[in-house]
Amino acid sequence: MQVPAPFEYARATTVDEAVALMGRFGDTARLIAGGHSLLPMMKLRLANFDYLIDINDLHGELGFIAVEPGVVRIGALTRHRELLDSAELAGVFPIFRDAERVIADPVVRNRGTLGGSLCQADPSEDLSAVCTTLDASCVIRGPLGTRTVSMAEFHRGPYETAVADGEILTEVRFPVRERGGSAYAKVERRAGDWAVVSAGSAVWLDDGGRIADARVGLAAVGPNTTGIPEISATLRGEEPSEQVFTRAGEIAARSCEPATDQRGSAEYKRHLAAELTVRTLRTAVARAARGEA
Amino acid sequence: MQVTMIVNGDEVTREIEGRLLLVHFLRDVLSLTGTHWGCDTSNCGTCVVWLDGEPVKSCTVLAAMAGGHEVRTVEGLAVDGKLDPVQEGFIQCHGLQCGFCTPGMLMTARALLDRNPDPSEGEIREAISGQICRCTGYATIVRSVRWAAVNAAPEVTS
Repeated sequence: MQVPAPFEYARATTVDEAVALMGRFGDTARLIAGGHSLLPMMKLRLANFDYLIDINDLHGELGFIAVEPGVVRIGALTRHRELLDSAELAGVFPIFRDAERVIADPVVRNRGTLGGSLCQADPSEDLSAVCTTLDASCVIRGPLGTRTVSMAEFHRGPYETAVADGEILTEVRFPVRERGGSAYAKVERRAGDWAVVSAGSAVWLDDGGRIADARVGLAAVGPNTTGIPEISATLRGEEPSEQVFTRAGEIAARSCEPATDQRGSAEYKRHLAAELTVRTLRTAVARAARGEA
Repeated sequence: MQVTMIVNGDEVTREIEGRLLLVHFLRDVLSLTGTHWGCDTSNCGTCVVWLDGEPVKSCTVLAAMAGGHEVRTVEGLAVDGKLDPVQEGFIQCHGLQCGFCTPGMLMTARALLDRNPDPSEGEIREAISGQICRCTGYATIVRSVRWAAVNAAPEVTS
């Protein structure tokens, strides 16, 4: 039987209360939302805390998807299922629906949250790649107030984030630009598994149909979710074409740092990084051209 | 710590450890052994119960987290001795062999039908994709859920 080591359970009913409790308990405490990453780690005793602070009661405060002019704001406690079910979100960022369809399984998606996914900072985690692709920023609240960091700043390394003891991730913000399209693709060994490799692409077209800007985010090919600025620089100003996508894929393959493990060889993962970059760019451009966002 | 929740319509209050998982609370504290305890890693889905009407894997939920909330287990599917249509479907279409995965399959199937009364085979397979039948009896499980969809309107189980 796998059981976590003993801890004290506490429950926060407001964000302020969660911050106060975290401030009081410091690094001996951890927030628990969906719990589908934290509890398995605690069962294996890879993570041990004296206090767990349950924040599921904050869903009213932190469970929301707000599509606003120029920005989409998503509360950290928004569950995978809510992200998958939101037609409004898929209308602006179809990459979310692509990704959510292949994250874990429907029952797990009933519990897991956006904020929990990002704070787990697993290099294979899909929503981190989505957020990197969409150039998201993370709103963190602590005893001294609120600060906002980019995804590059947010992920410090595997299982490490910019969220300090006593702080809580409250919201993720996504800039919305004109004539954009996005897509996500993942290769997994079986339904609901972690990615062997996955890739997200976002593309914005100019009035002439050229690529005004593009971003690619890869998961499971390095110690962090990998954004590749060189791809953005290469694609800007180009007419979308298979040749251009292939060039981007080549950059992805040589820019990532996959490790050989039971999911595949490093060589195979580089191949996937290239291929999934090409596929998602192709879909993202087609969606942008069709005005599907 | 003390926890109070509604289980299959009845309020229960117990003294528990904070680290007690919901699946063990149901089985070992309340003796509701219909919910099975399988992989312990939220992969197999035999521990699925409803938390506030949504299927969850109870090996990955703390009993304390269910405090103040409503839990429904496979024991709560039949009403006044009358089986739920999904239970009847599993009987009619041989939806179980060893029966280990069955409680989780039934709870997920009922939740699916409540939301989508006429699911396609693909939609049923997607709904149970987080659950494992090691007898590999998926074809008959899908048939059983379809039987329930065709032969009965969703029961009001609350």
